[in-house]
Amino acid sequence: MAEGKNVERQQRFAARVRSLMLRLLVVWFVVSFGFGILLVEPLNEIRLGGYKLGFWFAQQGSIFIFIALIFAFSSVMTRLERDYVDGEKESGK
Amino acid sequence: MSLTVLTYLVVGFTFAIYIGIAIATRASSTKDFYVADGGVHPVANGMATAADWMSAASFISMAGLIALSYNGYGGSVFLMGWTGGYVLLALLIAPYLRKYGKYTVPDFIGERYYSDAARVVAVICLILCSVTYVIGQMKGVGVAFSRFLETDYETGLGIGMFIVFFYAVLGGMKGITYTQIAQYVVLITAYTIPAIFISLQLTGNPLPQLGLGSTLAGSDVYLLDKLDMILVDLGFQEYTTTLRGSTLNMMAFTASLMIGTAGLPHVIIRFFTVPSVAAARRSAGWALVFIAILYTTAPAIAAMARLNIVDTMQQSDGQALLIEEKPAWFENWEQTGLLQVEDLNGDGRIEYTADPETNELTKLDNDILVLANPEIAQLPNWVIALVAAGGLAAALSTAAGLLLAISSAISHDLLKSTYMPSISEKAELRASRIAMAAAVLGAGYLGLNPPGFAAGTVALAFGLAASSLFPALLMGIFARRVNREGAVAGMLAGISVTLLYVFQHKGIMFIPGTSFLGGMSPNWFFGVEPNAFGVVGAIVNFVVAFTVSRVSAPPPSKVEELLEFLHEPSSVESQAPPGAAR
Repeated sequence: MAEGKNVERQQRFAARVRSLMLRLLVVWFVVSFGFGILLVEPLNEIRLGGYKLGFWFAQQGSIFIFIALIFAFSSVMTRLERDYVDGEKESGK
Repeated sequence: MSLTVLTYLVVGFTFAIYIGIAIATRASSTKDFYVADGGVHPVANGMATAADWMSAASFISMAGLIALSYNGYGGSVFLMGWTGGYVLLALLIAPYLRKYGKYTVPDFIGERYYSDAARVVAVICLILCSVTYVIGQMKGVGVAFSRFLETDYETGLGIGMFIVFFYAVLGGMKGITYTQIAQYVVLITAYTIPAIFISLQLTGNPLPQLGLGSTLAGSDVYLLDKLDMILVDLGFQEYTTTLRGSTLNMMAFTASLMIGTAGLPHVIIRFFTVPSVAAARRSAGWALVFIAILYTTAPAIAAMARLNIVDTMQQSDGQALLIEEKPAWFENWEQTGLLQVEDLNGDGRIEYTADPETNELTKLDNDILVLANPEIAQLPNWVIALVAAGGLAAALSTAAGLLLAISSAISHDLLKSTYMPSISEKAELRASRIAMAAAVLGAGYLGLNPPGFAAGTVALAFGLAASSLFPALLMGIFARRVNREGAVAGMLAGISVTLLYVFQHKGIMFIPGTSFLGGMSPNWFFGVEPNAFGVVGAIVNFVVAFTVSRVSAPPPSKVEELLEFLHEPSSVESQAPPGAAR
């Protein structure tokens, strides 16, 4: 019984990790391949100071967002793992 | 003090630091040698990874590549590709391999695919991409020495080899890690100082990242608009909008560089040196922060230096530059052959245009943008000396990381894991030092006698890593059903397809005229250029691996256990060193 519960918790953890990765990778794709390449022409109509917006994403913006993505992943994973460990203690393992 | 003396002093000082660190960080066990005892702080590892990663090409060539060869926007493929790969590395690869807790990339592939054959294929792929990469670094060392210190190329290469030999053989990963941290500080200082000055001069904004989007000092015209305008006037295409090839080619190019980055063994092994899985994730973030300082400065240097050059060529009355009014830096760099002018129409002026028929600036090497930057901006001599030390730091740090990846693949994966499993720890440490020494000498030899294919080497290394190692690692971590047969067939198929496409364009082993499928138009595969082909090789790898796995026996149950271990939550508090986790 406890065994089954444990497996269930592990599966829930794995599902959360998967959905986190998927969401972050969507952002990763959108800011680089999307804003930087596929949508660069319409975005270039918008200005960010002297930057055309599409050009800015391709040469500056995507890189800043990549950094944010990795730190977001790192901190949410730490929280997910802490929740998991706490849950383990609560279930009296 | 003359520039040469000053350069000798600055470079000599940095080399003394590297040697001092080597003596202080001697490796005493194989774990020291392969993974610096797994005790490197995540921020320190991030810094070392940044130096490991940023090569002579990033430091010396990238800004020029963006500004000249790829005409601005097209160069974005390098900026996004070489940074976006870290997202893949941080999310999908590094934490799992750190959790696995062994020393090398083929280690993982050998165990996950339960076969020596898979391990040996991985070693071959690793050596192929690391050796092609290291040749470029050795050449960078020789060129930097000969250009700044006025030694021969050979002497320069010899001195560089001696320094790497000293700290890599003595200290292994431990020595390399701490010298890389010092090298990062040297290279980033050398890269950003000229950029800050140039940005100040042109726009009044000290931050190059903001300066690039600002108006030119004393006017309300934006820098990038001015650059677009001037270039179009000269017959070039717009700087901020011109595609490299096609949209598809840019997508493929960026994707190839990204997955190549996430599959390069010398970068991956850096994440084996931190104390925990959580530290590996954080460390990847720090690595990208340190890399981004250079990578967001590079496009500013690119645009600003291009503008400076065009401005130099156009005099205020709208006429082209008079030959007798060439600035001093112009003549200095003409002597090196990186810059050449030829007064074709004999009017005593140098016309710089897009049309090769009338263009009189006949050679403008990519490297000149970073190398001549301090002179163009009229910065003091110590800045020029610093750029020399920075270029050397970038080349040496990457060379050392690559050499460690090569030598550990030989001593650990081939000797210990495959052919001589009974070898003792002490003998393995000795073997790893011998392998390192051999790798340094081999790389030096290739640097002295660069094979014909050395020109396109770094790009090729990415294609190879993208098409062989990255898919094998990704499927190894996430695809339970992929088995030994599938992985080996996939790696071989991916790497062959990539090599064939490259060789078909550039000749077998880059020997011109040996293209075996003569008569095919260039970039025949949907307009994708050879350097962008890694992603196609990777797709072939995935398809072959899944198909072959489907028709052969599923992996044994111990693989199931390994995967379960990799994916189970790693306890936050536990800071278990590698090996102790299991």
